[in-house]
This record gives sequence, C-alpha cells and structure tokens, in this order.
Amino acid sequence: MATHRVVITGLGVVAPNANGLAAFEEALKNGRSGIRFHPELERLHFSCQIAGQPELDDTLIQRYFDSLELRHFNSIGILYGVIAGMQAWEDAGLSLSSVSDAPDWESGTIFGNGSSGTGKFREAVYKVDEGQTRKLGSTVVAQTMVSGISAYLGGKLGLGNQVSTNASACTTGTESVLLCYERIKNGKAERMLAGSTSDSGPYIWAGFDAMRVCTFKHNDRPEKGSRPMSASASGFVPGSGSGALLLESLESAIRRNARIYAEIAGGNINSGGQRGAGTMTAPNGEAVQRCIKAALKDANIQAAEVDVINGHLTATAKDSLEIQNWSEALGRTGDDFPFMQALKSHIGHCLTAGGSIECVAAALQLKSGFLFPNLNCEDLHPEIKRRIAATCIPRELQQSDINVIAKASFGFGDVNACVLLNKYQT
Amino acid sequence: MEQQEIITKMKMILAPYIKNPDALAHLDRSSDFIRDLKINSANLVDIVLDVEDTFDIEIDNEAMEHMLTVGAAIDIIKNKQA
Repeated sequence: MATHRVVITGLGVVAPNANGLAAFEEALKNGRSGIRFHPELERLHFSCQIAGQPELDDTLIQRYFDSLELRHFNSIGILYGVIAGMQAWEDAGLSLSSVSDAPDWESGTIFGNGSSGTGKFREAVYKVDEGQTRKLGSTVVAQTMVSGISAYLGGKLGLGNQVSTNASACTTGTESVLLCYERIKNGKAERMLAGSTSDSGPYIWAGFDAMRVCTFKHNDRPEKGSRPMSASASGFVPGSGSGALLLESLESAIRRNARIYAEIAGGNINSGGQRGAGTMTAPNGEAVQRCIKAALKDANIQAAEVDVINGHLTATAKDSLEIQNWSEALGRTGDDFPFMQALKSHIGHCLTAGGSIECVAAALQLKSGFLFPNLNCEDLHPEIKRRIAATCIPRELQQSDINVIAKASFGFGDVNACVLLNKYQT
Repeated sequence: MEQQEIITKMKMILAPYIKNPDALAHLDRSSDFIRDLKINSANLVDIVLDVEDTFDIEIDNEAMEHMLTVGAAIDIIKNKQA
C-alpha cells in the first residue's frame, strides 16, 4: 500500500505560561514559569497549593465562541481545546468555513481529552440530586462527554472526516499525534487536527493530591515547585491547557504552499500490561524501552541521530528511571546522550494536555532551532548525573540546529507513546 | 398579561437563539420556532426554561410538545397565568 509523508503545518497552544504561538515561543526561550499559588487550593486544604493554569481573557474567548454558546457554559477543557485547535487551523492558513458550506471531507480530528466539563458536571449533579433534572438545559451532554472537544471542533471547522476523541491519561496528547499521523499516512484523510486538552481546577487535581504525588514543599515558592531531574524533586505540579497540531499529507501541504514546521517520521504506542514493574501508576521499563526502539524503527531513524529528547519527566522519583530507559533504549550515555528537555519545569504537568503542549514546543524548536532552559534542576539527581553528562541538560537558552526530536509520554494504565519529529527536507 | 407584552418578552427570550436579525424583527404569532426562526431543536428546552423563569410558570412535557410556534407559546403562557 502506498503511504504518505505527514508534516505539521499549523500549531496552537493555550498554556499556563502563554496563549498563542508567538507568546509561547517567547515564554519557552525565556524559561517563563506558569506555576502560581492558587488561594482556592489553600482554602480547600490541598497539600499542593500551586498549579499551572492558563489565563484567558474575554476577548480571546469571544473570538472563538458566540454568546449563545457561552450561556451556561462551564467546561474549561473544551474552552482551551477549541481555542488551541482553531489557532492551529488558522496558523496552517486554512480558512474558517461558514455554516452553509459543505463538510470538508478530507479533514478530521482525533483530539484527546480526560475528564470533560467537571464544572458543568458538578452543576448537573446538584440539580439532579435536588430532583431538578428537567432544568438542566440542553448542553450538559455536549459539555461533559469525553468527545465534547472533538464534537465542538468538528462543528466549528465543518470537519467531514473522522471526528473522534482519544483518551489514555497522560499519554493522550502524544497518542493523538500518532493516531492522526497514521490516518493521513494510510491515505484515509488529507488533514487531521491532532492535540489534546485538559480540564482545570480542584476537581481534576484533587485525585492526584490525595495520592500525595504532587509536591507540598513549594507552596511559598511556586516557580521553584516543578523540578524535573532535580535531587530535590518532590512530586509534580498539576497543570492544564491545550496544545494542537495541524497534520497534513506532504502532497496537500505542497499543493497549498503551506509553511512546514516539521515532519512526523514515525512513532509507536504500547503498554506494559501492568506486568513486571508496571502497575496502574508505575511504568514497566521494558515496555518503555520497546516503545522507544519501535518508534525509531518505524521512523527509520538511528538512535545516534536523535539530537533532542523532549521527555515526560514529571518531577517525581520516576525521572531517573525515565533517563535510564532512554539511555538503555538508545544505547547512549555520558556526553554522547542527546539534549534533554523537560517542559514541565515551566508549566507543570498538564495531564491529558501535557503531551500535545510538549509536541507543540518540539515542533517550534525544530522550526526555530533552539533548546529551551530546563528550570529548577541546578541540583541534578545523582542517579541522572551518573548516567549522562550535565551538559546534556541545558539550563540556559541555546541556539541549536536540531534535526531530530524524540518525544515520549507515559500514562496511568502503564501506557506509552513515542513520536519522532524531524526537520522537513525535500 | 396582554399579548403584545408577552410578544415583547418572548422576543427578548428568543433573541440569543436566532441568528438572523430579520427573522427576529418579523416574528409574529404564526412564526414556527424551527422552520421560520431556524432555532436549533435542542435549544427548545432552553427556551422553555427561560419562558418558565420569565413568566414564573411551569410548562409540563405535554404542553411543551405543542409549543412549536410563537402563538402556541403565547397561548400556553396565558393559560398557565390564568
């Protein structure tokens, strides 16, 4: 079967440290932290009272939602996802269709999500318990179904190809990119809007706080809280937002004369089956390494060719294990190891949105040629220092001609996804 | 409540749901919510809730089934207020 090359031609992002591409690239380069103290989390007796939450203004929201849509609207993940998704669409130079146009049969979306519309769901639960089901209004289903985000995007963009949502915990965003990639590669669509979003706020973060996996040691120093690869890392900082990538067949991109950020060379998705060291919450290292190796094989890229790794690196005790897995899978150590990038040091762990926001960052890095500063790792974990050179973990902005970035995400359920992005060359 | 007063209040309720300003301006008793005013059928339940709040009445499921035109809505409101 003839397959198609797949390129990234549009990006959009709603992140804790910036909204929109230009601001996000600036924030990346400057190492601007999006982690802040949230008085609401203190009032609710959370252990971790710091978080990464995008700051949206009404002008931006009203650009993408009309007043009727905003009536009784309380699904912040859909808000983030629609803004990021439509930004990516516009950034790719695609026009916004009118309601009288025919569906765009060659464009679709697989846009990931976790729990959707917890704010709306909470409203509904109170009404239902009071016997007021008839007063819920017409939008509870659309706002709380997990595929609400793809349904909203599908309607706004008039998508006529597959319109669906994937969900695989913190792997979701990276998985979305690979699912969309495969659909285009196999000739089932010309354009797919990949990405993912995450709801935000205490109802999303509480379960993690209860597991004691979030840091409780930095409530007075929010910007120091998210410390991937650091000896003093003490748990992740929860975040939220959305990243979106418009994927397109190379033929379509050339035909439209579209700007190309990067090519998707290949990837892999697998699971450790919650066997061996793998559990609901911990990864099976063998599965992680198999995922990385299979991704390289799929992309026809040698381990030695990987310039940069955009890691999962959440700032828990598992960071050393992740570096070990990369090192063993690539067969590279010391100063032969690729440059390591931990975006969570800027924005925290954006959960289902993490993978997609990090993929947006990776695409920008390939296009503009830079390594962003890794924050809060001045005290590198000794196990990491033993395995790779400190120079592989830049703490300042560096210009760098990057050809290949490996991006991986890992999630609850012992699931893994790894994608290889490379600089587009004819 | 007089019919004209009810129509004025109905126009305010319906305004957010009607995309075409002409349709709203020419609304009368015979206007069909879906056919003439092009209101999304899912929004009819939201309009019923707004009508209930505005006129302080409760519209049961049977009455709602018949509420397909502006005229039918006015009659239901008058009937409930009587």
